[in-house]
Amino acid sequence: MCQNTHISAPARDPGRRRAAWGGFLRDPAALAGLAILLFAVLVALFAPMLFPGDPQDMVGPALAWPGQDAAFLLGTDSLGRDVAAGLAHGARVSLSVGAVAAVISLTIGILVGAISGYYGGWVDDVLVRFTELVQTVPTFLFVIVIVTIGQPSVWLILLAIGSACWPVTARLVRAEFRTLRESEFVLAARSQGFGNAWVIFREILPNALPPVIVTTSVLVATAILMESALSFLGLGDPNAVSWGSMIGEGREMLRTAWYLSAVPGVAIVLTVLALNLVGDAINDAFNPRLAARA
Amino acid sequence: MSYFNGAKLSRLLAVFRRNALQAIPTVLGIVVLNFLLLEWVPGNAADVVAAESGGATAESLAQLQHHFGLDLSLGERLSNYLSHLVRFDLGMSARHNLPVTTLILDRLGNTLLLMGSALLLATLTGVVLGVLMSLYAGRWQDKLISVLVLLLYSTPTFWLGLMAIVLFAVTLGWLPTSGSHTIGAGLSGWDAVADKARHLLLPMLTTAGLYLAVFSRLTRAAMLEVSKQDFVRTARSKGLSPAVITVRHVLRNALIPVTTLIGMHFGALLGGATVIETVFNWPGLGSLVLESILARDYPVLLGILFCSSLLVIVVNMAVDLLQATLDPRIQVR
Repeated sequence: MCQNTHISAPARDPGRRRAAWGGFLRDPAALAGLAILLFAVLVALFAPMLFPGDPQDMVGPALAWPGQDAAFLLGTDSLGRDVAAGLAHGARVSLSVGAVAAVISLTIGILVGAISGYYGGWVDDVLVRFTELVQTVPTFLFVIVIVTIGQPSVWLILLAIGSACWPVTARLVRAEFRTLRESEFVLAARSQGFGNAWVIFREILPNALPPVIVTTSVLVATAILMESALSFLGLGDPNAVSWGSMIGEGREMLRTAWYLSAVPGVAIVLTVLALNLVGDAINDAFNPRLAARA
Repeated sequence: MSYFNGAKLSRLLAVFRRNALQAIPTVLGIVVLNFLLLEWVPGNAADVVAAESGGATAESLAQLQHHFGLDLSLGERLSNYLSHLVRFDLGMSARHNLPVTTLILDRLGNTLLLMGSALLLATLTGVVLGVLMSLYAGRWQDKLISVLVLLLYSTPTFWLGLMAIVLFAVTLGWLPTSGSHTIGAGLSGWDAVADKARHLLLPMLTTAGLYLAVFSRLTRAAMLEVSKQDFVRTARSKGLSPAVITVRHVLRNALIPVTTLIGMHFGALLGGATVIETVFNWPGLGSLVLESILARDYPVLLGILFCSSLLVIVVNMAVDLLQATLDPRIQVR
């Protein structure tokens, strides 16, 4: 759409950028989101210290409700495994998969979009067709097929999600590059003799990044949701506890011990909500014209 | 002047022709991708048959592979695959002993029913909520609905479905927990339709939840964007009533990015069908995906991937035509 030129302007003006970040840090919703994310990351980092041992160890009485047993505040499952330990260790898997898959997605998307937008011509045509092809195949089905072909492991899931989610980033970056490659600073750099690689990565890319940054948190959120759906279906890493696999295992006890599925789900909702709040706040910071009306 | 005059029809035909031409390379790409995936999945048809019969000697395995044409060169296998494809032959399901195409067509109706009704509900409710949010922009009504919508947007669909089952089916007992009809009830006519509708309600509402959030957020943003444009100011200065301006001028233009999003999200919808149909045991293509993975019935899995991709292309074409109808400025250059 026609937002590209407006998005570029604030980024290049340091004064406006500082004001935008100031507004971001004063927004209570954004701060709440950041706080939740920080809490989740800390729990994930310190999980081995908070809950030592394997989360899949049977440590307590089976099917204790949350609050029923003082030692297991979030209850235990049908095999006596601590739900809280599973949540903490599961946070490591879910958050790391989300982050790394988003990074892979961003890398592929930025490379494809930059090359396609900068060079144009037949390179652009081929890459756009390829992007459309990947975008046509239903993403989740594509990820399922890739995971099915290989041995299910956290690394394969990362790669699968990352290889399926890049088209949106690629389109954004391509649009930015097509606009920016006609700019004066690009002309200046090229007349000074800088090569194509320099112009792409050191001149245009820093200015093309703002819309990409805005979509990053949504990308991480999508990756987390996709990984949890995969684990829920039982297609995840069988050795790793993740929030999705906990929900999937709790499904068998849904009639009597529904807290087994409810608690990990709340964790996912809070994390994804935090990511969305932060993403919305970043979007408002970089697009002040839209925020002003609201 | 009639609404559908000759010029409009010829413009729509031009849009359709452009779409069809652009879709051809994408379809070819999907065909090649499907072929490559078929080559890479572990276990081919010969392995499956050998496994089902409890084992095979090296000679009988070689014979099976020759029978299935697996010992031909890559080029010959590709042309074999293509010749099957033009006859709508997607292979054979070893598990069900039926052609893949038959299996897919069997289950397609249920999935389309679920997805179609969910999409319709999500679009109607989402657009209405988005319009409401934009009308009260910045005030407490907007903020309240925005918070609820954001919560819905952040909830994994399968978890929402499970919690809905716990609340409505297990605790309250209002709705059935799973399946698409009451087994063994032998209902017919209107009773059968009502029974199916009762079973459809929870999965449809769950699926609609996420897209409702997406569409309402987008409609709100699009309405706010469009209402700042000059033609709205002109309409207001002409003395048109606010309702007319909102619906006939602002909304009609704001719907264009919404329809684009429907096209973009249809692929995600089909992917999400896998999880939702598994949660609710709804007999559609989605639950067939998981069944075929568990049964190592890979031709079915890839057949579903192929058909879903084709469906996405068709829906995108339909959305493009719809947009050309909505916005007379869209021309084929």
